[in-house]
Amino acid sequence: MSWPTAASGRAEMAVAAARAPVAVLVAGVIGVLAMTVPIVGLAVRAPWPRLPMIATSPATLGALGLSLLTSTVATAVAVVLGLPLAQLLARPGWRPAGVVRALITVPLVLPPVVAGVALFAALGRTGVIGGPIHTLTGLALPFTTPAVVVAQLFVAMPFLVLSVEGALRSTDQRFGDAARTLGARPWQVWWLVVLPLVRPAIVSGAVLAWARAFGEFGATITFAGNFPGTTQTLPLQVYADLQTDPERAIGVAMIMFAVTVLILVLVRQRRAPVW
Amino acid sequence: MSRPPTRRHRAVVGAVVAVVLALVIGLSGCQPQRTLTVLAAASLTESFDAIADRFERDHPGVTVRVSYGSSATLAGQAIEQAPADVFASANQSTMDSLADAGLATAPVRFATNTLQIAVPAGNPGGVTSLADFARPELRIALCAADVPCGSAAAQLFERVGITPRPDTLEIDVKATLTKVELGEVDAALVYRTDVTAAGDTVVGLDTPEAAQVVNPYLITVLPQSSDAELAGEFVELVAQGEGRRELADRGFGPG
Repeated sequence: MSWPTAASGRAEMAVAAARAPVAVLVAGVIGVLAMTVPIVGLAVRAPWPRLPMIATSPATLGALGLSLLTSTVATAVAVVLGLPLAQLLARPGWRPAGVVRALITVPLVLPPVVAGVALFAALGRTGVIGGPIHTLTGLALPFTTPAVVVAQLFVAMPFLVLSVEGALRSTDQRFGDAARTLGARPWQVWWLVVLPLVRPAIVSGAVLAWARAFGEFGATITFAGNFPGTTQTLPLQVYADLQTDPERAIGVAMIMFAVTVLILVLVRQRRAPVW
Repeated sequence: MSRPPTRRHRAVVGAVVAVVLALVIGLSGCQPQRTLTVLAAASLTESFDAIADRFERDHPGVTVRVSYGSSATLAGQAIEQAPADVFASANQSTMDSLADAGLATAPVRFATNTLQIAVPAGNPGGVTSLADFARPELRIALCAADVPCGSAAAQLFERVGITPRPDTLEIDVKATLTKVELGEVDAALVYRTDVTAAGDTVVGLDTPEAAQVVNPYLITVLPQSSDAELAGEFVELVAQGEGRRELADRGFGPG
């Protein structure tokens, strides 16, 4: 066996699983149940006869399109900004790394609604940066579609950064050194040697970030507001539906679940260790 | 100490942890015996906090826990058999939804509320009347049409014949008010009691037609209550007792 393939990987995993202690397997099964029983409950309560009409209603299609657009854009920006940031953090001996890494982790820990308030404080009309911009140009970020992207970016980028930083740390420096001895410039080394080595981590980090952005609610409804067509993403529509038509809310939630699973399955990798 | 932890160290630490845990668990059982859970519309926050304090003083050994939120969300929770004792709504239709589910034992009207224009201190948008809500260059926040303050706002705009241009439709009135408090919107339409509660950060502007759109507040004991008698006493405090003064002090109209 030279390259690990999907089939040999599964065979190895089956053998490894058979060797695990019973208690571990039992706990694993309980873990699976804990994660899947709520989804099963949702499927049982879903209004299946109404789903086609809900799925094709203008409101839901609009929210779905907005969600897909904003989460994809947010993930793209997260990759563009996050890869250099991850590289900075992975540099050996970079002293601010510990503090910066702690700051990057804050959006993961902060309640999303509080993150929304923080975004107001920075980028709102009366914010530290947004205030002067508003005074000079009259432009304000809150309650616009770009605000949705910013909110999603803020909560999702840490997933990408931390995933890629871990992989960058464990890459062998000697590949980059070899490239440099062959005449490659630093940019070529990074783009053609280092990044391809961590491609699985970039993909899995981007998928996690996308999933987080797609499901983002608290920061979005606080900072971007809730207006159908402009800022009402699918999670916000579920919340709004809960006020008047809980059954419809469950239907939209099922649609979200189906879209998410579809995209995650499409992006899944064959040889990745993590995803 | 630089020696690795011996078996004796671990035994001592384990014993200390066990004792602390036992104390915490044991002492937690010394809490008041009775808890009253109230689901109340968001606009009742300040007044029900005061009424709850009063009730706890009058009934030693009782803790009152109030959960505030959008009337529709809380009604949904009550219908899902959330373990609550009392439900107070900000309009008729959410109480009706409880009644349809057979859960409103005897709703009592205990207060009324009217709408008021809320602007940030300093009135950056130069708002003077409801007509300003149609200006496209202003940032406007309204409650979503399905929640009590939103449906009242929709009625009010219909009466005056103005089509507002909101930038966001919030799910409960406090979220709408927060946007004004943060200075991120130029105007919003909220209850007059919310403007009062917000203090100096928000300025209220009256509009004459607002008096024609009145939201009735209703309260009921829930059938799933574990202490219906205590719940009934709370309802009585709100609807007939000193609670009426607390509500009036904060700008509510009589029931």
